Amino acid sequence: MQNKAFEGSIDYFQVMDENGAIDKSLYPQDLSDDRIVEMYKSMLFARNLDAKTLSLQRQGRADTFAPLVGEEATQIGTAFAMRKDDILVPNFRQHGAYLARGLPLESYFLYWKGYEEGNSKVKEINALPVIVPVGTQMPHAAGIAYAQKYRNKDVAVVAFVGDGGTSEGDFYEAINFAGVNKLPMISIIENNQWAISVPRNRQSAAQTLAQKAIAAGIKGVQVDGNDVIGVYKVVKDAIDHARDGPTVIECLTYRMSMHTTSDDPSKYRPEADVDKWKAKDPLKRVGAYLRAKGLWDDAKEKQATDEQMARIDEAVAKAEAFKPDPKSMFENVYSFIPEVLKEEEDDAVKSNFWM
Amino acid sequence: MNINMVGAINNALDLAMRKDDSIVLLGEDIGKDGGVFRVTDGLLDKFGENRVLDTPLAESSIIGASIGMAMAGLHPVPEIQFAGFMFLGFGQLINHAARFRSRTRGDLTVPMVVRTPVSGGVKTLEHHSESPEAFYSHVGGLIVVEPSNPYDAKGLLTSALKMNDPVLFLEPTKLYRLFKQDVPEEQYDVPIGKANYVKKGDQFTVVTYGTMVPVVNKVVEDKKLSADVIDLRTINPLDEATILESVKKTGKLLIVHEAVLSFGVGAEIAARVAEKAMFDLSAPIIRVGSASFPYPMPGYENYYIPNEKKISAAIDRLLSA
Repeated sequence: MQNKAFEGSIDYFQVMDENGAIDKSLYPQDLSDDRIVEMYKSMLFARNLDAKTLSLQRQGRADTFAPLVGEEATQIGTAFAMRKDDILVPNFRQHGAYLARGLPLESYFLYWKGYEEGNSKVKEINALPVIVPVGTQMPHAAGIAYAQKYRNKDVAVVAFVGDGGTSEGDFYEAINFAGVNKLPMISIIENNQWAISVPRNRQSAAQTLAQKAIAAGIKGVQVDGNDVIGVYKVVKDAIDHARDGPTVIECLTYRMSMHTTSDDPSKYRPEADVDKWKAKDPLKRVGAYLRAKGLWDDAKEKQATDEQMARIDEAVAKAEAFKPDPKSMFENVYSFIPEVLKEEEDDAVKSNFWM
Repeated sequence: MNINMVGAINNALDLAMRKDDSIVLLGEDIGKDGGVFRVTDGLLDKFGENRVLDTPLAESSIIGASIGMAMAGLHPVPEIQFAGFMFLGFGQLINHAARFRSRTRGDLTVPMVVRTPVSGGVKTLEHHSESPEAFYSHVGGLIVVEPSNPYDAKGLLTSALKMNDPVLFLEPTKLYRLFKQDVPEEQYDVPIGKANYVKKGDQFTVVTYGTMVPVVNKVVEDKKLSADVIDLRTINPLDEATILESVKKTGKLLIVHEAVLSFGVGAEIAARVAEKAMFDLSAPIIRVGSASFPYPMPGYENYYIPNEKKISAAIDRLLSA
């Protein structure tokens, strides 16, 4: 005997096409024009901030930094679909989502200047700090989701992971744990086609990354990650159904810039590939949509950019005025300071090591 | 009540879970099966499957999910079936459990107790007998505790469950059922970070912990010697003060552990004593541990783990110096 043991498929969503035209049948009913303007401003902010941080890094005023340009719609669409109490679990390129969720801009700069204090306000915005070891944040998200369910809270956990991150064991372990326990966990695969120099087709032979959800027995969908309305829609739907269990959402986007400021993409990828994606720019299409509706114009674009740049400059000045206190390293290892640590701290003070 | 270490740990969990509903146990086979050593036996029936959770067979996510639970206000107690399998969750412990407090400057903390059986001597399969305490003590940020008897096991676990820190609770497999002790019915604390004199004497000092405590005791008794035998109980943070106090009195130090000798806990203790009490010593410090290679198959373990003869010979050397 032979029969089909399993049949499955992955749906792809796009609400706004590359020219800003809307598929009305999929348009999320709760999404007002004002909200789309806010999303656009938030995307613009992420792009302006990215450019500014890159310039600071090149001047030696920020450490190695992972730009997000090109991936704004994936991050902002997700952040706007989240409710206030929902919890954000980022990887390391999600400053767009972070800031849209209310992270103080000064914290962002402190982090990328290399100070732990930049992570010290993430709890206020219901988020985890930046996670650098790829994919290892996913089990945390599953555990946080378990705690919400255990306490019977209507809270969803939204975790970001990259295309490369889906190759990590922790990715599968986490969605599997979430599946078995029917947890309110939404995994956003920010598939920007590149894991440093390794392209998507060398990362997995799977036709979509969303179909990895099938192996965990949970829902998986794919969306145009440069379509902010499409991303908003699928994330909102997943959050609305989070009590029924987890969802994996693969957002198809593109890393327009380098992995981090320490690499040169021209070494490993053809410029033509990048050009192809320029036509799909996430800001351009929503900008065109808003302009066509009379909700946006050049004057508004300039005013928004000027305001954002002023905010950024103010936060940079604050972050650059930060004075690190080496004692804070010793005081935050345990809930108490063990004698052996106290002695090391005292030795550092006595020998003027920090002066 | 007169119980062995398995019973003491089970009882400590039971009493703590009754008082604090943030405590959630998770791991492989800990529910219906009660754990492969039956340490969690009966707890599923008492507390239900939301609090005693059988997980998929995946150590990294058992620890990783526990970290998430801890940051979200629970106090998880993950069990890793054997310490040899905990290396699959090593990254989560080192990269995350040990660091969230410091890298958020105290904004997020990871209160959890990771339980795992350690060390050998009971003829188990490969990867079931490791003594990995030095790895976890080296990094900082993780508290590493290892009881050597039922009384300490209950008290140390009770204390660990009150801490707002990640604690590794290493349970010597060989001591699980080796002997019983009278243990109070009610909860009590054995302080974390404080070593214990299991014997007091003046000829020399032995610093030890875990499986080696009863072996050292027997050798000292058989040889009718007078020694301070110090059971560390907590490996990290190290109770340096108690060690120095004893060494300054006896002038002779022997360190005994089952873990591999090289780059181990013994080396750390020897270095600290050399730095701070060199001139109180009347003999070179001696360390006894297992040979410096990975744990062998069970057929060879008796040639590998320090035994009474090896410890006795080390004491003779120490006293004849």
